[in-house]
Amino acid sequence: MSEMRRVTAICNGTAIDHIPSGHALQVLKMLRLDVGRSNPISMVMNVPSGKMGRKDVLKIEDRELNQEELDRLALIAPKASVAIIRNYHVAEKRTIELGTELINIVRCSFSNCITQNPREPLPHKLKIISAEPMKIRCFYCGKNQNIDEIVDYII
Amino acid sequence: MGDLITMDDLTNEEILQVLDNARSLLPVAKGDVYLPLLQGKVLGNLFFENSTRTRMSFETAMKRLGGEVLNLSSIGSSVAKGETLYDTMQMVDGYADIAVIRHPNQGAAQYSADAVEIPILNGGDGAGNHPTQTMLDLFTIREAHGSLEGLNVMMVGDLRYGRTTHSLSHALVRFGAKITLVSPESLRMPDEIVSDLISHGGEINETEEMSLSIDSADVIYMTRIQKERFPDEDEYIQVAGIYKLTEDDLSGAKAGMIVMHPLPRVNELDASVDSTKHARYFQQAFNGVPTRMALLCRSLGVKIPKKVNK
Repeated sequence: MSEMRRVTAICNGTAIDHIPSGHALQVLKMLRLDVGRSNPISMVMNVPSGKMGRKDVLKIEDRELNQEELDRLALIAPKASVAIIRNYHVAEKRTIELGTELINIVRCSFSNCITQNPREPLPHKLKIISAEPMKIRCFYCGKNQNIDEIVDYII
Repeated sequence: MGDLITMDDLTNEEILQVLDNARSLLPVAKGDVYLPLLQGKVLGNLFFENSTRTRMSFETAMKRLGGEVLNLSSIGSSVAKGETLYDTMQMVDGYADIAVIRHPNQGAAQYSADAVEIPILNGGDGAGNHPTQTMLDLFTIREAHGSLEGLNVMMVGDLRYGRTTHSLSHALVRFGAKITLVSPESLRMPDEIVSDLISHGGEINETEEMSLSIDSADVIYMTRIQKERFPDEDEYIQVAGIYKLTEDDLSGAKAGMIVMHPLPRVNELDASVDSTKHARYFQQAFNGVPTRMALLCRSLGVKIPKKVNK
Protein backbone atom coordinates (compact mmCIF):
# COMPACT_ATOMS: atom_id res chain seq x y z
CA MET A 1 0.00 0.00 0.00
CA SER A 2 1.39 3.40 -0.94
CA GLU A 3 1.98 5.75 1.97
CA MET A 4 -0.11 8.47 0.29
CA ARG A 5 -3.18 6.26 0.63
CA ARG A 6 -2.78 6.03 4.38
CA VAL A 7 -4.32 9.50 4.65
CA THR A 8 -6.97 11.00 2.44
CA ALA A 9 -6.10 13.56 -0.20
CA ILE A 10 -6.55 17.15 0.95
CA CYS A 11 -8.51 19.76 -0.97
CA ASN A 12 -6.33 22.76 -0.15
CA GLY A 13 -3.16 23.16 1.89
CA THR A 14 0.41 21.92 2.03
CA ALA A 15 1.84 18.40 1.76
CA ILE A 16 5.32 17.78 3.11
CA ASP A 17 6.84 14.52 1.94
CA HIS A 18 10.23 12.90 2.60
CA ILE A 19 10.59 14.04 6.19
CA PRO A 20 13.25 11.91 7.90
CA SER A 21 11.59 9.06 9.72
CA GLY A 22 10.43 9.98 13.21
CA HIS A 23 10.82 13.73 12.73
CA ALA A 24 7.27 14.79 11.81
CA LEU A 25 6.46 15.99 15.32
CA GLN A 26 9.62 18.09 15.36
CA VAL A 27 8.63 19.58 12.01
CA LEU A 28 5.25 20.58 13.43
CA LYS A 29 6.96 22.19 16.39
CA MET A 30 9.47 23.96 14.17
CA LEU A 31 6.62 25.34 12.05
CA ARG A 32 4.78 26.28 15.24
CA LEU A 33 1.82 24.20 14.12
CA ASP A 34 1.83 22.02 17.22
CA VAL A 35 -0.30 24.24 19.45
CA GLY A 36 -3.09 26.75 19.13
CA ARG A 37 -4.04 26.00 15.51
CA SER A 38 -7.33 24.78 14.16
CA ASN A 39 -6.14 23.51 10.78
CA PRO A 40 -6.67 19.79 10.35
CA ILE A 41 -3.29 18.07 10.12
CA SER A 42 -2.68 14.47 9.01
CA MET A 43 0.54 12.74 9.78
CA VAL A 44 2.02 9.41 8.86
CA MET A 45 5.25 8.22 10.38
CA ASN A 46 7.80 5.54 9.53
CA VAL A 47 6.25 4.55 6.21
CA PRO A 48 8.41 2.79 3.60
CA SER A 49 10.20 5.02 1.12
CA GLY A 50 12.19 4.11 -1.98
CA LYS A 51 14.55 7.06 -1.45
CA MET A 52 14.90 7.07 2.31
CA GLY A 53 14.07 3.60 3.59
CA ARG A 54 11.49 5.07 5.97
CA LYS A 55 9.99 8.51 6.05
CA ASP A 56 7.28 10.71 7.57
CA VAL A 57 4.64 12.68 5.69
CA LEU A 58 2.53 15.65 6.82
CA LYS A 59 -0.56 17.16 5.25
CA ILE A 60 -1.72 20.50 6.56
CA GLU A 61 -5.14 21.54 5.41
CA ASP A 62 -6.17 25.07 4.46
CA ARG A 63 -2.75 26.48 5.02
CA GLU A 64 -0.10 27.32 2.43
CA LEU A 65 3.27 27.49 4.10
CA ASN A 66 5.30 30.51 3.16
CA GLN A 67 8.99 30.56 2.27
CA GLU A 68 10.10 31.69 5.75
CA GLU A 69 8.31 28.71 7.28
CA LEU A 70 9.86 26.38 4.72
CA ASP A 71 13.30 27.72 5.49
CA ARG A 72 12.76 26.70 9.13
CA LEU A 73 11.94 23.25 7.87
CA ALA A 74 15.39 23.06 6.33
CA LEU A 75 16.89 22.65 9.79
CA ILE A 76 15.15 19.34 10.38
CA ALA A 77 14.18 18.05 6.96
CA PRO A 78 16.47 19.63 4.38
CA LYS A 79 15.51 17.07 1.75
CA ALA A 80 11.75 17.22 2.25
CA SER A 81 9.57 17.92 -0.77
CA VAL A 82 6.77 20.42 -0.38
CA ALA A 83 3.68 20.71 -2.52
CA ILE A 84 1.02 23.37 -2.31
CA ILE A 85 -2.34 21.74 -2.96
CA ARG A 86 -5.27 23.63 -4.46
CA ASN A 87 -8.51 21.89 -5.34
CA TYR A 88 -6.92 18.43 -4.87
CA HIS A 89 -4.13 19.17 -7.34
CA VAL A 90 -0.49 20.06 -6.88
CA ALA A 91 -0.54 23.75 -7.75
CA GLU A 92 3.06 24.49 -6.85
CA LYS A 93 6.18 22.69 -5.72
CA ARG A 94 8.30 24.64 -3.30
CA THR A 95 11.93 24.13 -2.51
CA ILE A 96 13.47 24.24 0.91
CA GLU A 97 16.54 26.36 1.19
CA LEU A 98 19.08 26.29 3.92
CA GLY A 99 20.62 29.75 3.86
CA THR A 100 23.84 30.80 5.51
CA GLU A 101 22.29 32.27 8.64
CA LEU A 102 19.15 32.05 10.76
CA ILE A 103 17.85 35.38 11.96
CA ASN A 104 15.28 35.34 14.76
CA ILE A 105 14.33 31.75 14.00
CA VAL A 106 16.23 29.95 16.76
CA ARG A 107 17.78 31.19 20.02
CA CYS A 108 21.29 30.25 21.09
CA SER A 109 21.11 27.49 23.71
CA PHE A 110 24.29 28.47 25.59
CA SER A 111 23.39 29.73 29.06
CA ASN A 112 26.16 32.36 29.20
CA CYS A 113 25.52 33.86 25.75
CA ILE A 114 24.77 37.59 25.72
CA THR A 115 21.54 36.88 23.80
CA GLN A 116 20.09 35.03 26.83
CA ASN A 117 18.97 38.37 28.29
CA PRO A 118 15.44 38.65 26.87
CA ARG A 119 15.62 42.45 27.10
CA GLU A 120 18.55 42.71 24.69
CA PRO A 121 16.92 43.91 21.47
CA LEU A 122 19.21 42.76 18.65
CA PRO A 123 17.97 39.75 16.63
CA HIS A 124 19.10 36.23 17.45
CA LYS A 125 21.57 35.19 14.81
CA LEU A 126 22.97 31.73 14.11
CA LYS A 127 25.35 30.78 11.34
CA ILE A 128 25.09 27.61 9.27
CA ILE A 129 28.61 26.20 9.30
CA SER A 130 27.81 23.13 7.23
CA ALA A 131 24.70 21.44 5.87
CA GLU A 132 25.92 17.83 5.97
CA PRO A 133 26.43 17.11 8.73
CA MET A 134 24.31 20.02 9.94
CA LYS A 135 26.43 22.35 12.05
CA ILE A 136 25.04 25.57 13.46
CA ARG A 137 26.90 28.10 15.55
CA CYS A 138 25.78 31.21 17.41
CA PHE A 139 27.00 34.31 15.57
CA TYR A 140 27.65 36.09 18.87
CA CYS A 141 29.12 33.57 21.32
CA GLY A 142 30.42 31.06 18.74
CA LYS A 143 28.97 28.02 20.52
CA ASN A 144 27.90 25.03 18.41
CA GLN A 145 24.20 24.20 18.77
CA ASN A 146 22.88 20.73 19.44
CA ILE A 147 20.80 19.95 16.33
CA ASP A 148 18.74 17.30 18.12
CA GLU A 149 17.54 19.89 20.62
CA ILE A 150 17.19 22.83 18.27
CA VAL A 151 13.39 22.69 18.18
CA ASP A 152 13.39 23.50 21.89
CA TYR A 153 14.95 26.86 21.07
CA ILE A 154 12.74 28.07 18.25
CA ILE A 155 11.45 31.61 18.64
CA MET B 1 35.87 47.31 9.70
CA GLY B 2 38.02 48.40 12.61
CA ASP B 3 36.48 45.85 14.99
CA LEU B 4 38.59 43.15 16.59
CA ILE B 5 36.29 40.51 18.05
CA THR B 6 38.09 37.25 17.28
CA MET B 7 41.39 36.45 15.58
CA ASP B 8 39.41 35.75 12.40
CA ASP B 9 39.17 39.53 12.00
CA LEU B 10 42.89 39.69 11.14
CA THR B 11 44.72 38.00 8.28
CA ASN B 12 48.21 36.64 8.93
CA GLU B 13 49.62 39.62 7.01
CA GLU B 14 47.64 42.03 9.18
CA ILE B 15 48.84 40.29 12.33
CA LEU B 16 52.46 40.69 11.25
CA GLN B 17 51.84 44.32 10.26
CA VAL B 18 50.38 45.10 13.71
CA LEU B 19 53.36 43.38 15.38
CA ASP B 20 55.80 45.40 13.24
CA ASN B 21 53.97 48.57 14.21
CA ALA B 22 54.03 47.57 17.87
CA ARG B 23 57.78 47.18 17.66
CA SER B 24 58.11 50.66 16.10
CA LEU B 25 56.08 52.05 18.97
CA LEU B 26 58.25 50.54 21.74
CA PRO B 27 59.99 53.86 22.61
CA VAL B 28 56.55 55.50 22.89
CA ALA B 29 55.24 52.65 25.04
CA LYS B 30 58.20 53.06 27.39
CA GLY B 31 57.57 56.78 27.68
CA ASP B 32 60.89 57.72 26.05
CA VAL B 33 59.12 59.46 23.16
CA TYR B 34 55.81 61.33 23.14
CA LEU B 35 53.97 60.68 19.89
CA PRO B 36 50.45 62.14 19.97
CA LEU B 37 49.04 60.16 17.04
CA LEU B 38 45.65 59.83 18.76
CA GLN B 39 45.32 63.38 20.07
CA GLY B 40 41.66 64.38 20.20
CA LYS B 41 40.46 60.78 20.20
CA VAL B 42 38.56 59.22 23.09
CA LEU B 43 38.70 55.54 24.12
CA GLY B 44 35.77 54.06 26.04
CA ASN B 45 37.21 51.53 28.47
CA LEU B 46 34.18 49.37 29.29
CA PHE B 47 34.94 46.79 31.92
CA PHE B 48 31.96 44.82 33.16
CA GLU B 49 34.33 42.30 34.71
CA ASN B 50 37.57 42.64 36.73
CA SER B 51 40.76 43.53 34.93
CA THR B 52 44.20 44.81 35.84
CA ARG B 53 46.44 44.47 32.80
CA THR B 54 43.99 44.83 29.93
CA ARG B 55 42.36 47.91 31.39
CA MET B 56 45.57 49.62 32.50
CA SER B 57 47.54 48.83 29.36
CA PHE B 58 44.77 50.13 27.11
CA GLU B 59 44.64 53.29 29.19
CA THR B 60 48.42 53.71 29.07
CA ALA B 61 48.46 52.97 25.33
CA MET B 62 45.83 55.62 24.63
CA LYS B 63 47.42 58.25 26.88
CA ARG B 64 50.95 57.74 25.57
CA LEU B 65 49.55 58.41 22.09
CA GLY B 66 47.93 61.64 23.27
CA GLY B 67 44.35 60.32 23.48
CA GLU B 68 41.81 60.46 26.27
CA VAL B 69 40.10 57.61 28.15
CA LEU B 70 36.61 57.25 29.57
CA ASN B 71 36.26 54.46 32.10
CA LEU B 72 33.05 52.61 32.77
CA SER B 73 32.49 49.68 35.07
CA SER B 74 29.27 47.90 35.91
CA ILE B 75 29.46 49.07 39.52
CA GLY B 76 28.34 52.67 39.83
CA SER B 77 26.83 52.88 36.35
CA SER B 78 23.37 52.28 34.93
CA VAL B 79 24.38 48.70 34.21
CA ALA B 80 23.80 48.07 37.92
CA LYS B 81 20.28 49.46 37.43
CA GLY B 82 19.54 46.85 34.77
CA GLU B 83 20.39 48.78 31.62
CA THR B 84 20.81 46.51 28.61
CA LEU B 85 24.17 46.25 26.93
CA TYR B 86 22.54 47.60 23.78
CA ASP B 87 21.42 50.78 25.52
CA THR B 88 24.76 51.27 27.27
CA MET B 89 26.51 50.92 23.93
CA GLN B 90 24.30 53.59 22.36
CA MET B 91 25.68 56.05 24.95
CA VAL B 92 29.25 54.95 24.34
CA ASP B 93 28.72 55.39 20.60
CA GLY B 94 28.07 59.04 21.27
CA TYR B 95 30.81 59.65 23.83
CA ALA B 96 33.83 57.77 22.45
CA ASP B 97 35.64 57.22 19.14
CA ILE B 98 36.54 53.59 19.91
CA ALA B 99 35.77 51.20 22.76
CA VAL B 100 37.26 48.15 24.39
CA ILE B 101 34.79 45.91 26.15
CA ARG B 102 35.25 43.15 28.71
CA HIS B 103 32.08 41.37 29.70
CA PRO B 104 31.17 38.18 31.59
CA ASN B 105 28.77 37.06 28.86
CA GLN B 106 30.18 35.29 25.84
CA GLY B 107 29.36 37.08 22.59
CA ALA B 108 29.08 40.50 24.27
CA ALA B 109 31.82 42.04 22.12
CA GLN B 110 30.26 40.96 18.81
CA TYR B 111 26.88 42.08 20.12
CA SER B 112 28.33 45.50 20.98
CA ALA B 113 29.96 45.78 17.57
CA ASP B 114 26.57 45.12 15.95
CA ALA B 115 24.95 47.73 18.19
CA VAL B 116 27.22 50.70 17.38
CA GLU B 117 29.14 52.51 14.65
CA ILE B 118 32.46 53.00 16.46
CA PRO B 119 35.14 50.27 16.33
CA ILE B 120 34.94 47.69 19.12
CA LEU B 121 37.90 45.79 20.52
CA ASN B 122 37.13 42.62 22.45
CA GLY B 123 38.88 42.77 25.82
CA GLY B 124 37.55 39.33 26.82
CA ASP B 125 34.00 38.00 26.58
CA GLY B 126 33.19 35.32 29.16
CA ALA B 127 35.05 32.17 28.22
CA GLY B 128 35.03 33.25 24.56
CA ASN B 129 37.87 35.22 23.02
CA HIS B 130 40.56 37.68 24.02
CA PRO B 131 42.23 38.72 20.75
CA THR B 132 44.15 41.75 22.03
CA GLN B 133 45.80 39.45 24.58
CA THR B 134 46.63 37.11 21.71
CA MET B 135 48.28 39.94 19.82
CA LEU B 136 50.52 40.79 22.76
CA ASP B 137 51.23 37.08 23.23
CA LEU B 138 52.23 36.81 19.57
CA PHE B 139 54.39 39.92 19.94
CA THR B 140 56.15 38.32 22.93
CA ILE B 141 56.69 35.03 21.09
CA ARG B 142 57.97 36.74 17.93
CA GLU B 143 60.37 38.95 19.87
CA ALA B 144 61.78 35.86 21.60
CA HIS B 145 61.92 33.45 18.65
CA GLY B 146 62.25 35.89 15.75
CA SER B 147 59.27 34.30 13.97
CA LEU B 148 55.88 32.79 14.59
CA GLU B 149 56.36 29.92 12.17
CA GLY B 150 56.28 26.26 13.14
CA LEU B 151 56.70 26.56 16.91
CA ASN B 152 56.06 23.89 19.50
CA VAL B 153 53.65 25.42 22.00
CA MET B 154 52.32 23.90 25.20
CA MET B 155 49.19 25.36 26.75
CA VAL B 156 48.56 24.29 30.31
CA GLY B 157 45.69 24.61 32.76
CA ASP B 158 42.13 25.77 32.23
CA LEU B 159 41.63 25.38 28.52
CA ARG B 160 37.87 25.12 28.82
CA TYR B 161 37.15 28.54 30.25
CA GLY B 162 40.52 30.15 29.41
CA ARG B 163 39.69 32.59 26.63
CA THR B 164 43.35 33.58 26.15
CA THR B 165 44.20 30.05 25.00
CA HIS B 166 41.16 29.94 22.72
CA SER B 167 42.27 33.00 20.76
CA LEU B 168 45.99 32.20 20.88
CA SER B 169 45.62 28.63 19.61
CA HIS B 170 43.48 29.90 16.70
CA ALA B 171 46.22 32.31 15.71
CA LEU B 172 49.15 29.94 16.20
CA VAL B 173 47.81 27.12 14.02
CA ARG B 174 47.63 29.63 11.17
CA PHE B 175 51.39 29.96 11.52
CA GLY B 176 51.94 26.19 11.54
CA ALA B 177 52.37 25.66 15.27
CA LYS B 178 52.26 22.24 16.89
CA ILE B 179 50.14 22.64 19.99
CA THR B 180 50.07 20.41 23.05
CA LEU B 181 46.99 21.03 25.16
CA VAL B 182 47.55 20.03 28.78
CA SER B 183 44.51 20.04 31.04
CA PRO B 184 42.46 17.84 33.33
CA GLU B 185 39.61 16.10 31.50
CA SER B 186 37.01 18.48 32.94
CA LEU B 187 38.88 21.55 31.62
CA ARG B 188 39.63 20.33 28.09
CA MET B 189 39.57 22.81 25.24
CA PRO B 190 35.97 22.97 23.91
CA ASP B 191 35.29 20.55 21.04
CA GLU B 192 34.29 23.25 18.57
CA ILE B 193 37.66 24.96 19.08
CA VAL B 194 39.68 21.75 18.76
CA SER B 195 37.81 20.83 15.56
CA ASP B 196 38.42 24.35 14.18
CA LEU B 197 42.14 24.07 14.98
CA ILE B 198 42.36 20.72 13.22
CA SER B 199 40.42 21.98 10.21
CA HIS B 200 42.93 24.84 9.93
CA GLY B 201 45.68 22.22 9.62
CA GLY B 202 46.79 22.38 13.25
CA GLU B 203 48.73 19.52 14.78
CA ILE B 204 47.03 19.14 18.14
CA ASN B 205 47.94 16.81 20.95
CA GLU B 206 45.75 16.62 24.07
CA THR B 207 47.09 15.24 27.34
CA GLU B 208 46.68 15.51 31.10
CA GLU B 209 50.40 15.13 31.71
CA MET B 210 52.51 18.31 31.77
CA SER B 211 56.05 17.06 32.33
CA LEU B 212 56.46 14.95 29.17
CA SER B 213 56.27 17.85 26.71
CA ILE B 214 58.40 20.45 28.50
CA ASP B 215 61.74 19.54 26.93
CA SER B 216 60.50 19.84 23.34
CA ALA B 217 58.54 23.07 23.84
CA ASP B 218 59.46 26.48 22.41
CA VAL B 219 56.75 28.14 24.48
CA ILE B 220 55.01 27.02 27.67
CA TYR B 221 51.83 29.01 28.13
CA MET B 222 50.55 28.55 31.68
CA THR B 223 47.04 29.57 32.69
CA ARG B 224 45.23 29.91 35.98
CA ILE B 225 42.37 27.60 36.91
CA GLN B 226 39.71 30.29 37.07
CA LYS B 227 37.61 29.84 40.18
CA GLU B 228 35.13 32.50 39.07
CA ARG B 229 34.11 30.55 35.95
CA PHE B 230 33.12 27.33 37.73
CA PRO B 231 29.39 26.88 38.20
CA ASP B 232 30.09 24.78 41.29
CA GLU B 233 32.86 25.15 43.87
CA ASP B 234 33.31 21.37 44.40
CA GLU B 235 34.23 21.03 40.76
CA TYR B 236 36.83 23.78 41.21
CA ILE B 237 38.35 22.16 44.30
CA GLN B 238 38.86 18.90 42.40
CA VAL B 239 41.16 20.52 39.85
CA ALA B 240 42.66 23.52 41.70
CA GLY B 241 46.40 23.14 42.08
CA ILE B 242 46.64 20.25 39.62
CA TYR B 243 49.57 21.81 37.74
CA LYS B 244 52.50 23.68 39.22
CA LEU B 245 55.49 24.66 37.09
CA THR B 246 58.70 25.16 39.07
CA GLU B 247 62.32 25.94 38.19
CA ASP B 248 63.18 22.23 38.62
CA ASP B 249 60.74 21.23 35.88
CA LEU B 250 62.72 23.35 33.42
CA SER B 251 66.10 21.61 33.82
CA GLY B 252 65.81 19.85 30.43
CA ALA B 253 64.09 22.70 28.58
CA LYS B 254 65.47 24.20 25.35
CA ALA B 255 67.69 27.21 26.00
CA GLY B 256 65.41 29.56 24.07
CA MET B 257 62.14 28.24 25.49
CA ILE B 258 59.97 30.93 27.08
CA VAL B 259 57.41 30.60 29.85
CA MET B 260 54.38 32.82 29.44
CA HIS B 261 51.27 33.47 31.53
CA PRO B 262 48.44 35.95 30.90
CA LEU B 263 48.40 36.61 34.67
CA PRO B 264 47.19 36.81 37.36
CA ARG B 265 48.81 33.61 38.59
CA VAL B 266 47.92 31.70 41.72
CA ASN B 267 49.82 28.42 42.32
CA GLU B 268 50.35 27.11 38.82
CA LEU B 269 53.51 29.12 38.18
CA ASP B 270 55.98 29.04 41.02
CA ALA B 271 57.95 32.17 41.89
CA SER B 272 61.14 30.10 41.46
CA VAL B 273 60.63 30.38 37.68
CA ASP B 274 60.80 34.20 37.85
CA SER B 275 64.57 34.34 38.04
CA THR B 276 65.18 31.86 35.19
CA LYS B 277 66.08 32.94 31.65
CA HIS B 278 62.81 31.37 30.52
CA ALA B 279 60.45 33.68 32.43
CA ARG B 280 58.76 36.12 30.05
CA TYR B 281 55.40 36.87 31.71
CA PHE B 282 56.16 40.29 33.15
CA GLN B 283 57.65 41.37 29.83
CA GLN B 284 54.54 39.90 28.22
CA ALA B 285 52.33 42.09 30.41
CA PHE B 286 54.30 45.19 29.40
CA ASN B 287 53.99 44.19 25.74
CA GLY B 288 50.29 44.91 26.06
CA VAL B 289 51.11 48.59 25.77
CA PRO B 290 52.87 48.75 22.36
CA THR B 291 50.59 46.06 20.92
CA ARG B 292 47.42 47.82 22.03
CA MET B 293 48.82 51.11 20.73
CA ALA B 294 49.22 49.49 17.32
CA LEU B 295 45.71 48.00 17.51
CA LEU B 296 44.12 51.32 18.52
CA CYS B 297 45.83 53.03 15.56
CA ARG B 298 44.73 50.27 13.18
CA SER B 299 41.10 50.50 14.26
CA LEU B 300 41.11 54.29 14.03
CA GLY B 301 42.84 54.28 10.64
CA VAL B 302 45.90 56.16 11.92
CA LYS B 303 49.22 55.44 10.19
CA ILE B 304 52.24 54.61 12.31
CA PRO B 305 55.64 55.91 11.17
CA LYS B 306 58.08 53.05 10.41
CA LYS B 307 60.71 54.59 12.56
CA VAL B 308 60.03 56.47 15.76
CA ASN B 309 63.03 58.56 16.73
CA LYS B 310 63.96 59.56 20.24
